[in-house]
Amino acid sequence: MNRSRTAWLFLTPALLVLGVFFVLPVIGALGLSLTDYDLYALADIHNLRFVGLHNYWALLQRPLFWSALGHTFYFVAAGVPLSIGASLGTALLLNSPLARMKPLFRTVLFAPVVTTAVAVAVIWRYLFNTKYGLVNSALAGLGLHPVDWLGDPHWAMPTIIAFAVWKNFGYNMIIFLAGLQAIPAELYEAARIDGASAPRQFWHITLPMLKPTMVMVMVLTVAGYFQLFAEPYVMTEGGPLQSTMSVLYLMYEDGFKWWNLGVASAVAFLLFGIIFVITVLLLRLTRRGEPA
Amino acid sequence: MNPRLARWLVNGALLGCAAVAVLPLLWMLSVSFMAPGEASSLPPPLLPTHPTLGNYRELFAHAGMGRYALNSLLISSAIALLALVCNLMAGYAFAKLRFVGRERLFQALIGALVIPAQVAMLPLFLLLKYAGLVNSYAGVIVPGMASIFGIYLVRQFARSLPDELLEAARIDGAGEWRIFVQIVLPLLKPIMVTLTIFTFLAAWNDFMWPLIELTGQEHYTLPLALASLAREHSEDSELMMAGSVVTVLPVLLLFLALQRHYLQGLLLGSVKG
Repeated sequence: MNRSRTAWLFLTPALLVLGVFFVLPVIGALGLSLTDYDLYALADIHNLRFVGLHNYWALLQRPLFWSALGHTFYFVAAGVPLSIGASLGTALLLNSPLARMKPLFRTVLFAPVVTTAVAVAVIWRYLFNTKYGLVNSALAGLGLHPVDWLGDPHWAMPTIIAFAVWKNFGYNMIIFLAGLQAIPAELYEAARIDGASAPRQFWHITLPMLKPTMVMVMVLTVAGYFQLFAEPYVMTEGGPLQSTMSVLYLMYEDGFKWWNLGVASAVAFLLFGIIFVITVLLLRLTRRGEPA
Repeated sequence: MNPRLARWLVNGALLGCAAVAVLPLLWMLSVSFMAPGEASSLPPPLLPTHPTLGNYRELFAHAGMGRYALNSLLISSAIALLALVCNLMAGYAFAKLRFVGRERLFQALIGALVIPAQVAMLPLFLLLKYAGLVNSYAGVIVPGMASIFGIYLVRQFARSLPDELLEAARIDGAGEWRIFVQIVLPLLKPIMVTLTIFTFLAAWNDFMWPLIELTGQEHYTLPLALASLAREHSEDSELMMAGSVVTVLPVLLLFLALQRHYLQGLLLGSVKG
């Protein structure tokens, strides 16, 4: 039919781009992860050998992979709740009838989201500088000892987490704000008439009504936080003592520093698998107890 | 609670959060006008004693910042423009044109969103290497020419167009292409603005793919140049802050000018059916 043909013509450019530059490479990555593609294969493709699951097996026995995975989980487990908490908190403040100048506050709070991650990471590097950083000078003002934020293996990751929360919370804040505004005012009125306090209203009306928004925000934020790369690349170069080495950083180093593209593909696929499983688990857990 | 106290608390908390959000950016601006070495004194100064444009002059005269800014502008504009064309056409087709397998194909695209983009990067690099496109503008641009998110955004918006309008045009004998250009595109203007600013900002701020693809400094975008400067000149905080200003300011201003469209797109793209 003519109209169906038109539809496909309209779809062709986008599907071609996505097919050639996304779908094909993803399939290629799976294939690549089963080979020993390295510098020699890059020079001459005849050096390429099929190694089956060897890359995956080797990764599971490599301490650096486990520590990178551990750091990434640390970043996600601490960063996501903090980030969502900040988003929800600021959204509640902005939604309060008592708040003044809401558009201005909304814009200012959202501003970090549109900034360039690399550029603002550079700013944070100086703010958290041990000797001349404003953060330590503020601590000194409070009579506290300076902290070697990015040079101490215990503090480097928390500093990166604080940075990520600062940079990202505005995005979910806007989504929560829209969710809050969609809750019918009558629900709160009825609750007030029944004498429910503000915390009880929050617990029994706001949170349940926000649940669909919350689930979506959680899934997207978790997936996004697993893709940690630019922040440690700029702020710590994966250090100190590899304490901020993330899974993607490992993939980048394996792939584009040491040119072990086969191994790096296996890293990428394992990360994908982990994100996939966690997404499914999150959706399962949050759907439990809901009427089907 | 006392309503006056509550008002103070709410607005005070907002003011505090806003300060945390914006102070690092203001500090960046302030330090960028300081003389070299001034920020590294104790106690750290908040404002420059003698504001100077020296850091900016140094960046553009000796560090090639003008070239990197042009690279960023060129790459981001090309991606925004090409992605606009591809995503508009595809999004409209998914919303308004009937064909076999439409829903299934769309579901497959949405499902593919769970695949992190980085999974594709290694083979993509090889693909471009064999095509001779590594370290070229084209290599950075081509993978960004269409996006699932963009297609989704356009589809969500285009679904609200009245079918009667399109049917009437068809009965009048207008071809599908003419309908798209003369009737649909004018109605899609709001989403076109939204999509363009979204894609432009994402391309401008993108780091990992350009880092992999652009191996030579002459093609560097601003974030790449800044990251490499940060590794060489980590002591020159004033220079680095000027570089950050040059990188951040264009996108920040663009957002401020078009924020209504940007936030609308953010919400349209996040309300999943």
